[in-house]
Order: sequence, then C-alpha cells, then structure tokens
Amino acid sequence: MNVITNKTIYPTEPLKTWNEAKYLRAKYYEDFLKAPESGGLRVSGSGTMFFSLLGGLGKDVYTLTGEPYAATCAFYQDFSTECMEAVEKAGIARDLCGYLRNYWGGVLLDKYILADGTVVSPWPKPDFFFTSHYCCTHAKWYEWCREQEGNLPLYGIDVPWHPFDHEPTKERVEYIVQQSMEAIEWMEKVSGRKYDDELLVEAINIEARSSYLWGETCVLNQTVPAPLDEKTMFSLYVFNTLCPQLKEVAEFYEHLRDDVADRVARGIAAWPNERFRYITDSQPPWAFLHVFRHLERTYGAVSVGSIYSYALQVNWDFDAQGNFVPAKTPEMLGVKMNTREDAVRAYVDFKMKNGILCRFYDSEVTSDQMKKIVKNWKAQAVLIHLNRGCEGTAIGQMENRLDLMKAGIPVMTFEGNMGDYREFDAQRTMSRIETFFESLGIGRIDS
Amino acid sequence: MDQFANWVDNRHEYAREWKKRTGGKVVGCLCTYVPEEILYAADVLPIRIFGGHEASSLVEPHILGMFCPFCRDTLAQGLEGKYDYLDGIVIAQSCLHMRQTFWSWKKHVPIDFSYYLPMPHCTQAAGQYDYLKGEYVQFKTAVENWVGKKITDEDLDRGIEIMDTSRRLSKEVYEYRKGKKPALTGLEAMDMVLSSQMVDKREHNPVTQAWLAELPSRQLKREVGTRLMIVGSEDDDREFIKMVENDLSFPATFVVEDHCTGARYFWNLTVPQNDRLMAIAVRYMDRPACPSKDWPTRTRFDYIFDMAKDWKVEAAILMQQKFCDPHELDMPTLSKAFKEHDIPTYFLEFDVTVPAGQFKVRVEAFLETLVDFV
Repeated sequence: MNVITNKTIYPTEPLKTWNEAKYLRAKYYEDFLKAPESGGLRVSGSGTMFFSLLGGLGKDVYTLTGEPYAATCAFYQDFSTECMEAVEKAGIARDLCGYLRNYWGGVLLDKYILADGTVVSPWPKPDFFFTSHYCCTHAKWYEWCREQEGNLPLYGIDVPWHPFDHEPTKERVEYIVQQSMEAIEWMEKVSGRKYDDELLVEAINIEARSSYLWGETCVLNQTVPAPLDEKTMFSLYVFNTLCPQLKEVAEFYEHLRDDVADRVARGIAAWPNERFRYITDSQPPWAFLHVFRHLERTYGAVSVGSIYSYALQVNWDFDAQGNFVPAKTPEMLGVKMNTREDAVRAYVDFKMKNGILCRFYDSEVTSDQMKKIVKNWKAQAVLIHLNRGCEGTAIGQMENRLDLMKAGIPVMTFEGNMGDYREFDAQRTMSRIETFFESLGIGRIDS
Repeated sequence: MDQFANWVDNRHEYAREWKKRTGGKVVGCLCTYVPEEILYAADVLPIRIFGGHEASSLVEPHILGMFCPFCRDTLAQGLEGKYDYLDGIVIAQSCLHMRQTFWSWKKHVPIDFSYYLPMPHCTQAAGQYDYLKGEYVQFKTAVENWVGKKITDEDLDRGIEIMDTSRRLSKEVYEYRKGKKPALTGLEAMDMVLSSQMVDKREHNPVTQAWLAELPSRQLKREVGTRLMIVGSEDDDREFIKMVENDLSFPATFVVEDHCTGARYFWNLTVPQNDRLMAIAVRYMDRPACPSKDWPTRTRFDYIFDMAKDWKVEAAILMQQKFCDPHELDMPTLSKAFKEHDIPTYFLEFDVTVPAGQFKVRVEAFLETLVDFV
C-alpha cells in the first residue's frame, strides 16, 4: 500500500502571466468575429491544422479552431444545451464528437459564443475552411459546414502516418508536402490574395517557437512541487491549437516559460499541500473542471498533465534515454528555408513530430508515452477519462489501461464526455475516484 | 444460391480445409481497402474477418463500449479463437474503430504476421496515388519477407486477374437485379459477395460463372414488391435481409446496395499499366469511397443515385452500425439527398444482434407508407 505521508505545505501564488492568457483568449474569439471590419480573413478548421501555411496570406488572417471553440461552448452549459438540442433536432447522431455537436449547433442556431460567455448572432461565417485530417471526424466536420454555410471552400490535409510508428519514407513525406504546396495555391485562389513566402517562413518560425516554449514549460512541471496544475494548464496549452503562428502567442509562451521557471527556482507550488501526483488521459469533461479542484483540496492530489495537455499540437523528440524533450525548431536546427518548398518541407518535418498523433496510429506507442510521462513527471497514478465525446482520444484507451496496469502503475477509468455535460455523472465519478484513492492509501487531508 | 450460403455458414471450416488442402497461409483482412491482389500474388489466401453476431464479454477489457459493434464483434471472434487458423492479419487503415481491433488482435491473439498499412484517409488528396503505391511497395516487401519468396510482375498480374474476374462476374450478376423481376434476391446477392470475401476467389469465380449462366432464364416465384436499396456501413446481417424479403406482410426486394459487403467491394476494375502496384493503387483510390475517406466532396452520392436510378429503386433503408462515426457524418446529408431525389428512406441502427421483432414492425410500417391502397 502506497500510503502518502508527505505533509509539507508549499508556498503558492497566482501565475504572473494569467491575465495575459485571459486577454489573449478573449481577443482570439473577438478577432475572428470582427475580422471583416478591417478586411481580415476568417478561416475555420481543426485545432490540428497546419497553421503556418495561412501565414503567407498576411497578418490579418484569423482562425476559429473547432475543438477549442466547442470546449468553450461545453463550459457554458446553457448555451451547450441549446447547441446540442439544435443538432439532435436536425437528426444528427448524439454519439458523434462532442465538440462537433457544439460547433454545428452554433451554425444551426446562427449563434456564436465569446470566451466570457457572451452569445452573439449571427454565426460568423468563415471565408474558407482549412483543416488537417487524422481523426475520422476532422475534415468531415467541415465538409458538413461548407455545405450548410453555402458551399464554402474547404481544403483538408490528409495525415495518414506518424513517424513514431512509420519510418518517414520519401513517399510519406512527399504526400504531406505535396498537399501543403497545393493548399497554398488553393488558398491564393480562394482568398484572392497574393501569397508571401517570407511571411510563411516567419509564421513557421513563430509556430515552432510556440510549440518549443510550451514543451519547455511542460518539462518544468516535472518539478516537485508542480509549479502548474493541469486545470490551469488547460487554459495555457490552448494557444497552440488556436493560433500558434502569431507573434503574440510565442511571446506569451516565452513569458509563461519564464514565469514557471521562476516558480520552480523559488519553490512555488500550484497547490500548497501537494501530496499525490497523477496524470490524466483525454480531454476532461469541460463542464466539470471543479473535480480537479476538489481532488486538490480534499486529497492534495494534483494532476500534473497528460499526453493531451503536453502534446496537443506540440512537437516532441526523445533524448538518448528515451525521455521527452521538446522538438527543436527548424531555426534551432539551422534548417535553410530559402524557397517556399524548403520552408514547407521544414515545416512538415517539424509538424509530424506532433506528440498527440501517436494516439491515432498505435496504442502501444501511446502506452509507452504514458509510462514515460508517469516516470518523468513523477506521477503515482493515471486517471483515464473514457471520453465518449472524442473517439480520437478514446481510441486504444482500454489497451493503455492494461499496459499501465502491467507496468505496475495504478490506473482508474471513468466515463464521460468532454463536450456533452449530460453524459457525465459527477457524483458517481467522484465516488469512484475517492474509492480508488482510498485503495492507494491516500487519505483526506482533513482526516 | 446454396453454395454461396453454405460458404458463408461454414466459413471457418472452409478456411481450415483450404489450408489443409493447399498447405498455404491465410490472412485475415480488417477492411476492404486491403489490396488482396498482393496477397494472392504471394499465394496467400486473403479472407475478411467478420463478427459472429453474438454478444461477447471478452472484448470489454479491450475496446470501450462506445466503439462500433462491428469492431468489437470481430475482435471478440479473435479472442474466442474462432479464427485460430489465421497466419496473419492486415489492416489498410480504415476508421478509428477498426484500428483498435487490429491493435488488440495483434497483441492478444497468437499470430505470425501482422501489418498496418497506412492507407490515406482521403481518396481525393494531391499525391494520393504515389503515396499509396509507396505503401504497397513496403507491404509487398513485408509479405515477401514473411512468405520467403519474391513477388514478380507475373505474380501480381495473376493476383489482379483473380480479383478482377471476381469483380467482373459480380458486376454481371448485379445486372440481373435491374429487371422488372430481378433474377435474384438481395439475400442471394449478399451471400455471393460475402462468400467472395471468405473463400478462395479461384474457387468462387467458377461458381459465380455457372450461376450467371442460369440467371437469364431464372424466374423467382415471389412477389417483387417495393424495390429497396440499402445504404450504409458494414452489413453482413443476412437475417435482416431475409426477414425483409420473406417475412413481412408487404413484399419487398433489395435490388441494390452501397456498402462494403456489397457493390462497394467489387465495383471498379483495375486499369492495367506497366507499374502493377500503381495500377492496384489507382483501383483502390478510385473505387466507390467509404464515407470516412470521402472528402472534401461527397463523391459517393453521385454513385449512389446513379445506382438508384439504374436499379429503379423505390425506397431506401439507410443503415449503419451503431456508433459508426464515418457513416453518421454522412447520414444527415445523405438522407436529405434522398429526399431531393424523391426516394423515401428509413433509418436503422444495427448492433451485434438485430432486434428482429422491432425491426420487422418498423420496416413493415415503412413499407406500408409506400403502398398505394387506392
């Protein structure tokens, strides 16, 4: 029995960069809404898109990425209910992606929600859709939207392999490069804008930097006590899925990395009575983030991250010992980007190190990554959210559970839905977690 | 056609007997995008892995209940040892659901050879043919290493010929479903296609050929009734087809379908070219698409409605395996398109077992709405 005896009380304080994150997020949704007022372009697509390819169209291209937007919807239960019901009324299956249903609901209702919960109408139609596709839903999501919103243009980049599982052969790399090159020409055509290759290179360097800096921040969270808890990280990781190619985002991540490094240097904890560290798996049920706070308060149990919060749109490599290290940017590697094709190749090479991709192509690789995270981030258990709202991140979870158990790592599962609060039983989940904690010898802080 | 039904009923016995008789290897395929040509070229028998339509708890620790019944049922068959004669398994990257079957099978069911072919998710992307051909080069090498023999162009020609003969014959059979009085039932058509995925096509083709000779003069002693089309995800539910065609108060016949256990499996032939692997790649990319690979434009709709017109379809059953996201993502638009073509539809969700009683009532009521009582 792993009885937790640590009763240290760590110093804690708010993040200095918290307000900057809040400001950026609010601005992101407003920028998209107001883009046409200044002649800017609106682009919608998955949060996994090849963002930097949009860079060459100019600095006034504003994205609305479906998954993070829908997570915001899911957080506001009243609006989410409206969206879900609109979708169900239209005969759309209730077991489809929880994010997609929130987003489609907005389209059907002609309503859009801002980060602070303000609902506005009409729905801000994008100028075109641009997405990547490695989950069964990605491009199909926007295929429906384009039809619904007046046959808007859609380009999807098919990503059918991942270097962790498949050797990056010439043909494999070429497939992504060729689509990216074609996408640029397509974007020029549908936007009527001339594509600027220098801006493309600038965007690639910024996006890669955003990814690297968040990777560094995640590595800092290996420290005991953890300078960040995962609930807070959910508000921070997200910019890599919103608009990582923007200068203000890379700057924010630099400020954040410095902020967290400073916390580590001064021993500042995310939670003062950190007794027990665990990691999670899959997106959380967004309407119930208070579960994290309950576990911190009651048990001193702190979630220090997950593949999801570390690796979504963030690129990773492994060192000689097989430990996670943030993937070096093309700039750091001294990659020359003298032509558009050079730049696209460098970008594809970097982009294919997206850590979340392994989830879709091999459950064993995913299990290995989870085990590494447990070890390197000094976690003592894994809480797997069997996410009925995302088949992409729920794929292989049951095998992950078996692999973790085999490795002697305590693991618990609970069912829920990231985007549909009606599919999450908070009371039952809390009881399950408490029983699980009890079985590990983790008592309540007040007992 | 008894022989087809017999093969379907006794698929495992057939495969075991085939192995004993030929000494060859049998590979289970988890999707119809697996290039069977390459396996035939290596003298390996490709068969499709199907579910057993029986509830099984064995799969619970491996695949979450929100994934489709087909992927869970097929894995259950493997875990139960029903396919213990398989020497290998192959998946040509299909939906997320089926990938899990592959992963768990590879891990928990003893197998000599397993291969994950990273098939494109999209059949309309730039560079798709070259990419897929590159994957076939790798797949061919893996198979060669496994069986210990080189696959030559002549071998590939043989593989292509076996597959294309089966496709050509099946297509010819389907012509006899077009007439006012179809010469075969939907169940018979399903048995033909299903069995072609279960037995050596070199044994299947002559039987189809012989049946073809009988079809021009074949008269079925049954009322045709409403000419139905069935559109949807994997469907090997013969009981349902049989019930609709034989057990309802309102007569009906399935005259055509779009699913991977029907026309979508065999519809297009290989266009020969010197580069055999490229020819095979073009064939698979250009076949009627599974909805999971059909974007940014839904190309399958034109194919479906051309078919509906040619086979004089009067109504359609839209079916899908429960939780099948790729089909769910097409269903609302598909249903609307049928409406625009003035073809009534009825939607049914299939599970491992079919609630025959409920479905009987529901389909009967649907058929009743189509009957002109005046």
